[in-house]
Amino acid sequence: MRTPYLRAKRDVAENLYAAHNRALVALARRDARIVSCYGDFPPGEVGEIFAKECPDRFWDVGIAEGHLITNAAGLAAAGFIPFTHCHGIFGVGRAYNQIRQNVAYDQRNVKIVLCNCGVIWGGLGPSHQLVEDIAALRAVPKLTILSPSDAVSCEKATYAAAEHLGPVILRLPSTGDAHTTIYTNDLDYRIGKAICVREGADATILATGILVADALTVAEELEPSGVSVRVLDVHTIKPLDEEAVIAAARETGALITVEDASILGGLGGAISELTAERWPVVVRRVGVKDRFGESGTAAQVKADCQLTAPFIRKAVEGILRDKVQRMK
Amino acid sequence: MGNDALVKDLEAKARKLRRESLSVMKEMGAGWLGGCFSEADVVTALLFYRMRHDSTKPGWPERDRLIVSKGHACEIVYTAIAEAGYVPKEELKTYSHTGARLQTHVNIRTPGIDYSGGSLGLGLSFAVGSAGGAYMHAVDANRTAPSRRYPAKYRVYCILGDGESNEGQVWEAAASASHHRLDNLTAILDHNRFQSTGPTAKKLDMLSFADKFRSFGWEVREIDGNDMRAVVEALDWAVTVRDKPQAIIAHTVKGKGVPSFENTNCHFMKITDEVVRIGQEALKD
Repeated sequence: MRTPYLRAKRDVAENLYAAHNRALVALARRDARIVSCYGDFPPGEVGEIFAKECPDRFWDVGIAEGHLITNAAGLAAAGFIPFTHCHGIFGVGRAYNQIRQNVAYDQRNVKIVLCNCGVIWGGLGPSHQLVEDIAALRAVPKLTILSPSDAVSCEKATYAAAEHLGPVILRLPSTGDAHTTIYTNDLDYRIGKAICVREGADATILATGILVADALTVAEELEPSGVSVRVLDVHTIKPLDEEAVIAAARETGALITVEDASILGGLGGAISELTAERWPVVVRRVGVKDRFGESGTAAQVKADCQLTAPFIRKAVEGILRDKVQRMK
Repeated sequence: MGNDALVKDLEAKARKLRRESLSVMKEMGAGWLGGCFSEADVVTALLFYRMRHDSTKPGWPERDRLIVSKGHACEIVYTAIAEAGYVPKEELKTYSHTGARLQTHVNIRTPGIDYSGGSLGLGLSFAVGSAGGAYMHAVDANRTAPSRRYPAKYRVYCILGDGESNEGQVWEAAASASHHRLDNLTAILDHNRFQSTGPTAKKLDMLSFADKFRSFGWEVREIDGNDMRAVVEALDWAVTVRDKPQAIIAHTVKGKGVPSFENTNCHFMKITDEVVRIGQEALKD
């Protein structure tokens, strides 16, 4: 069994940021509370439509991420629903305290779009890549953290964020690249509900973001050898779909986490914490391993940080050996 | 001027609030006496004269907003909003207690408080967002292309500390307010010349705040911020300014009102029965 919303082929790649912008314009047309804020960050082609149609609800604050976030909290207090856009590292890195104090603590209805998260976009190098956002923000009380895996789920995540009352973090990958589309448009997307992309009995890959596509590839590759791998798209980092995770632990007995983020405190950390307390199983974490990224092409950096399908496959095969060892 | 009676009345109110806030500080056994007393006249003139607000409707969308960016100086603010009727005076006794609405930095749990402070240097950015929102008018659903400029639904007042203005974000906000021509925003800088651990000029000399705000495109006035008549006149001036945010540099005295505390290290001081007695004696009507 697998999600009925999975595309038959993975032959289409789309830009998640474009999908987000599309949703944002549609939202702004029907709801005058939607405001789009930027920290000298490209609004994208569709974002420019937003600027033309509703110039008063389009704020560029310049290169000032701290002000970007607190200003948005002020807009939210005035009854608006601001979406802020900036490089993820500068949103989390420079405005962590503003996110915590002005947005999370006061539960302001601000949607913080962190763009260019992860390392899989080599162009601007380690100063602009971001690996620690999940660890940092997961510990902030009362934040909802979304990490969509493709353009379809990203568009739906944007709508869901707008409809959700309270602070939301939307974690997006590279704004300059297209990423494999895995879902059909009728995807049933709900905050806090992980999507079982593919059913399996021997192990479960819990992936988030654009690496869900690679996880799926690995599961498909392993099928002919008789290995049945479940794949969960953990598109909501917080609140975590604990029941889906525990069910995976109980039913498959081996978990592999996959993320374009640091395994320290990231999705890997979250899954390990949860299962250690509620259903201890073997866990292997594929992600960025306590290191910074590199300049290079997206493909080069992805390989250099060991995030490609062969590394995921190696982790699955390794954990299956562990599982067998433990059963002896 | 016909303001005499008003000024006298506000002066008496400010004295009363200072006096009562001592008991609030006593709840914790320590308090931000210095900053509370320096800003007391501005807080009084705002809440009991200039601001449009209604304590029976704390969430009224068109109320003027008070953003106390120097959020530690909260005891005088809590005392004032209790006086205004937002919270029962009895509740002042719960200040600083676990679970209380009156937390140890201004906190939106408390009706009448629009901004949770404590992390310095952020309030002006919040005020810019709030003031911009007052011009957007778009809160009614299903309206597109709302009209921007006229009129603003409400005004926003932001009380800044001179110490907290070491923080760079104050100046990001200052640039932004002027860029967006937010004339419904007034910042009042409580220039009491002391911060947590000593004189501001020794910690980080910011030189002229008036020059700074002016260079960022603000209209600026410098006043004696403990002279009620000057405070009232400056607030009246601010609402007449068009197309620019206004900064009132309020030169104040840390611990104003109790001579033995004035200009001493009274930023966060131990509040004993003796301190309360000395203070209340000095602040008698």
